[in-house]
Amino acid sequence: MKQLTVISGKGGTGKTSITAAFAALADAVLADCDVDASDLHLILKPDIKKTEEFHGMEIASIDKEKCIDCKECHNSCRFDAIDEDINLIKERCEGCGVCEYVCPVNAISMVERDSGFSYISETRFGPMSHARLLTAEEASGKLVTMVRENAKKLAAEGGRDMIIIDGPPGTGCPVISSITGVDLVLIVTEPTLSAIHDLRRILDVAEHFNVPAAVCINKYDINAENTDMIEKYCRDNDIRIVGKIPYDTVFTEAMIHEKSVVEYSDSMPSRVIKRMWENIRGMLYNE
Amino acid sequence: MIVSVASGKGGTGKTTVATNLALSIGKAQLIDCDVEEPNANVFLKAKLDEKEDVAVDIPEIDEEKCDYCGKCAEFCRYNALAVLPSKVLVFPELCHSCGGCKLVCPRDAISWSKESIGKIEHGRVGEMDFYHGLLNVGEMKTISLLKALKKKVDNSMNVILDAPPGTSCPAIETVSGSDYCILVTEPTPFGLHDLKLAVDVIKTMGIPFGVIINRDGVGDENVERYCRENGIDVIMKIPHSREIAYLYSKGIPFTDEMPEWREKFRILFHQIKEKVGK
Repeated sequence: MKQLTVISGKGGTGKTSITAAFAALADAVLADCDVDASDLHLILKPDIKKTEEFHGMEIASIDKEKCIDCKECHNSCRFDAIDEDINLIKERCEGCGVCEYVCPVNAISMVERDSGFSYISETRFGPMSHARLLTAEEASGKLVTMVRENAKKLAAEGGRDMIIIDGPPGTGCPVISSITGVDLVLIVTEPTLSAIHDLRRILDVAEHFNVPAAVCINKYDINAENTDMIEKYCRDNDIRIVGKIPYDTVFTEAMIHEKSVVEYSDSMPSRVIKRMWENIRGMLYNE
Repeated sequence: MIVSVASGKGGTGKTTVATNLALSIGKAQLIDCDVEEPNANVFLKAKLDEKEDVAVDIPEIDEEKCDYCGKCAEFCRYNALAVLPSKVLVFPELCHSCGGCKLVCPRDAISWSKESIGKIEHGRVGEMDFYHGLLNVGEMKTISLLKALKKKVDNSMNVILDAPPGTSCPAIETVSGSDYCILVTEPTPFGLHDLKLAVDVIKTMGIPFGVIINRDGVGDENVERYCRENGIDVIMKIPHSREIAYLYSKGIPFTDEMPEWREKFRILFHQIKEKVGK
């Protein structure tokens, strides 16, 4: 089974629009691993078949009746999650259990925490695994892993040979969870100095985890000089550029019509994306 | 006064707003809190003079004292320790530095060693004091670096915090303690969807906020309608303009070339000040 993750480092370069277009072109299972601010469902309109609760790390629960205000928990918590008045600051608690351990009167217990939901869905392009992290929750890496496991099961059940993963922005925990062990990452960049800065960092992350990378330059015509810079950088580092997409408002129009760009029109971006998809298939299957 | 600039969706223009705002208000502190992908200095080009390494505590086992009882591994909820019959394995990348292992060790065999997770850099641009954090490649401890970075906040100054995207921990950690939060969005379905998530969070946190619509005119009217129907202030609209996009691509703050916008940002900042009563 082949796994492709679409990432970017910098947000807003077009990851999700391009993933949605791939979904329309491929016979694949789709996984939205941007569990924090996921948008792929706005285009794919998944019909949810199964919902499962997701519990991240446990969370402290303080019984004020038993509390003798000794402040041991407050003093021992390294996350500043218990204030001076012994109130829990929920979003800071990392579930370590130190407060429960140090409390001399057993006023604190660690309890299950509702952190989000994972979903198995059907879309017009095939099965989809996705999730929603409740706001202000952490452990998104763990939820990403759950989404990927579900996607693998869907692929095995449906006899599909490919998983396309829409990744989160950044370089941290959820990104690492989204790219480890995949066959290829496609990095969507744009010719702006910010995106180029982020491209270099995310390429380092991919290399650090031994994941092969390819690059797509979106809106390549907004700054020719910067596009040259990206091409040179990729050439020097032996990274293949699999597509250069011109700037076109058709992406936004397609989004407004809740369609992927390849369904919405046969404009230049659609034709480039189709060719790019063939390039990526070639890389994945060594054709 | 602390003003944070956040958004649910990435790439809506947080850094554009944060840098241009900070450049328009005279003496101020700007802290780029997107430690995974910091971009503010692409625009500011501050000469970064001070560097400070940020490290976290990782348990170190004194094998002389340890009798391999396994209590530390049993306590650790992050699976950062594994106790074998005659060896303790530590997995620093899983450790949250909670201190639990050291607390439970009956033989006082655990001490702390430092592990670098990234760095904080400082520079000056005119009257502005600038800081950003840079997480090491492959590192997952975003929050630990962010907490160290936020210690740089000087409450006696006007402080602008440029937040990372999203609505989970790193964004919350940045925004918490702010007097006001600016949510930057774009008028598209993705922008609206993620704006709603961000509004939910900011409301829960009880922080006054307003919305800036960037690339105004590129999509549809639904963001404005949503704000109107929910009594949310749209405090500025930045037009969808080829010139602004081009300046952005070159790493030039657009208020450098369009000075009338300096004045708009300055007025906006004073309106925010009045709103929060500072």
